[in-house]
Amino acid sequence: MSTARADRIGLLVLPGLAYLGLIYALPLFLLLLKSFRDATGALSVAEFVQIFGDPLQRSIIARTLRVAFLVTLLALVIAWPTAIVMRSARGGWLSLFLVAIILPMSLGVVVKAFAWSILFRSNGFINQSLMTMNLIDAPIRLLFTETALVIGAANVFLPFMVLPIYAVLQQQDPNLPDAAATLGAGPYQRFFKVIVPLAMPGVVAGCAFVFSMAVSMYVIPSLIIGERQQTVAMQIARSFLFLRNEQLGSSLSTILLLIAVSVVLGSSWLAARLGARQ
Amino acid sequence: MTGTDRFFRALCWVMALGVVVFLLLPLVITVLVSFSSSQVYTLPPPEWSFRWYEALTRRAGLMDALMLSLNLALLSTAASLILGTAAAIGVARGQFRGRAALATFAVSPLMMPGLVLGVAMLQFFREIGLRDAYWSLLLAHVVITLPFVMRTLLAAMGSFDFALVDAARTLGMSYPRAVLRVLIPNLAPAYLTGGLFAFLASMDNYPISIFLTDAFNRTLPIRMLQYMEESPDPSIAAISTGLILLATVALAVAARTVGLNRLIQG
Repeated sequence: MSTARADRIGLLVLPGLAYLGLIYALPLFLLLLKSFRDATGALSVAEFVQIFGDPLQRSIIARTLRVAFLVTLLALVIAWPTAIVMRSARGGWLSLFLVAIILPMSLGVVVKAFAWSILFRSNGFINQSLMTMNLIDAPIRLLFTETALVIGAANVFLPFMVLPIYAVLQQQDPNLPDAAATLGAGPYQRFFKVIVPLAMPGVVAGCAFVFSMAVSMYVIPSLIIGERQQTVAMQIARSFLFLRNEQLGSSLSTILLLIAVSVVLGSSWLAARLGARQ
Repeated sequence: MTGTDRFFRALCWVMALGVVVFLLLPLVITVLVSFSSSQVYTLPPPEWSFRWYEALTRRAGLMDALMLSLNLALLSTAASLILGTAAAIGVARGQFRGRAALATFAVSPLMMPGLVLGVAMLQFFREIGLRDAYWSLLLAHVVITLPFVMRTLLAAMGSFDFALVDAARTLGMSYPRAVLRVLIPNLAPAYLTGGLFAFLASMDNYPISIFLTDAFNRTLPIRMLQYMEESPDPSIAAISTGLILLATVALAVAARTVGLNRLIQG
């Protein structure tokens, strides 16, 4: 194929690029710009100074980060053994795992958050089961707690942690642990020196994805934890939809955006470094 | 295999099966509750009944919301497939700098906080004088669906042999015709997976849509959340069960045609 043809074919990216540039990148850029201006239009960081100087806003940002961190941690801890088992599973077992991951993933967050708000009720399934097993005497309060939020969110985002780890484990040579064993490596050494380092790119990708979704989730906290314990995303929605305080909303959006972008950039830098080492 | 190995393997299996239960629990509970005669979500239900399905007919605006969501999902997925096919061919076959960066940019909306995108679009549409809620939603939903399509198409075209398209051209087909008759049929699994996940993402979107709706244009997730706040009875579980059924059928068809394992590679 001639270079001239290849150049012309390159032009095919233009409609999509123009679309995303206009409807996606430009609005985000304008939002950033707006959050760095005050009411008169002059360049200013006053809104950010005010947000970080306000103990309430600081505690909301801290809660948002803490919850996102715990969700990521919980998802990672339970995704890891699942991915290990899926790698060696075959036939019906593998199908079972895949269905359990793909089916919830293709359902809306509203459906799942609603289900968790039923499950966590004081007369709900979890309390009933715990009482039947004699683990508790009276119903415990689950709904409107941070614990419930972390469990519910980890459930919703879990597929996005399992899949990237499963993908890298699948690409590994299944004989590697055995080879390490032949060379005298014990189970701990095989796990920490062979399996874990090779799976790191998947772990990094999964953590980045889950963290960036958990830090900005809105539907799950508003159904599970309610208005009493706000997160940054809930604050943004409130300031636009109810309070009509767009300056606050824009600035909080910028903070959330910066967190998400730094997670994405940080993780791809880390993934590139890990890739280069292998 | 040593005793420690066996112990760890057993432990992993127990945890993995626990994860299967954990993942499916919300769906199972939703379906059970929807067939309960009780108002208060007790399990097992005192009696089975269809009363919450009958109650759906009395839910104001439910049908309109469903039709709007289907309309947006179909049109935005179709637009994304067209834009995405062109862009992915351009990235795969073009010879210009920054193709990797462009691919990252096209997939990046997936990683952005949805709420922030919604806020940004709300202000932008207002700025340019676009006040029509339906068009705002449609424009936004193309941004929601395009990354899903781009992700699968870029991966598929990376390993597609474009000599086939060139051969079709040598035999006298025009380029668009060669794409339609040779490229797309060959990449059918990618189109199915990308299209399916794009469609579902549009159907389910809440955080972007909430900023762009008005009283006449409420999508299904927005209506559902509104019902939950106003009168949270099990008829919401009945709607959810319908959506679970839809997703199950879609996945069964996709699993039949492309296989479960291909579905997760998108």
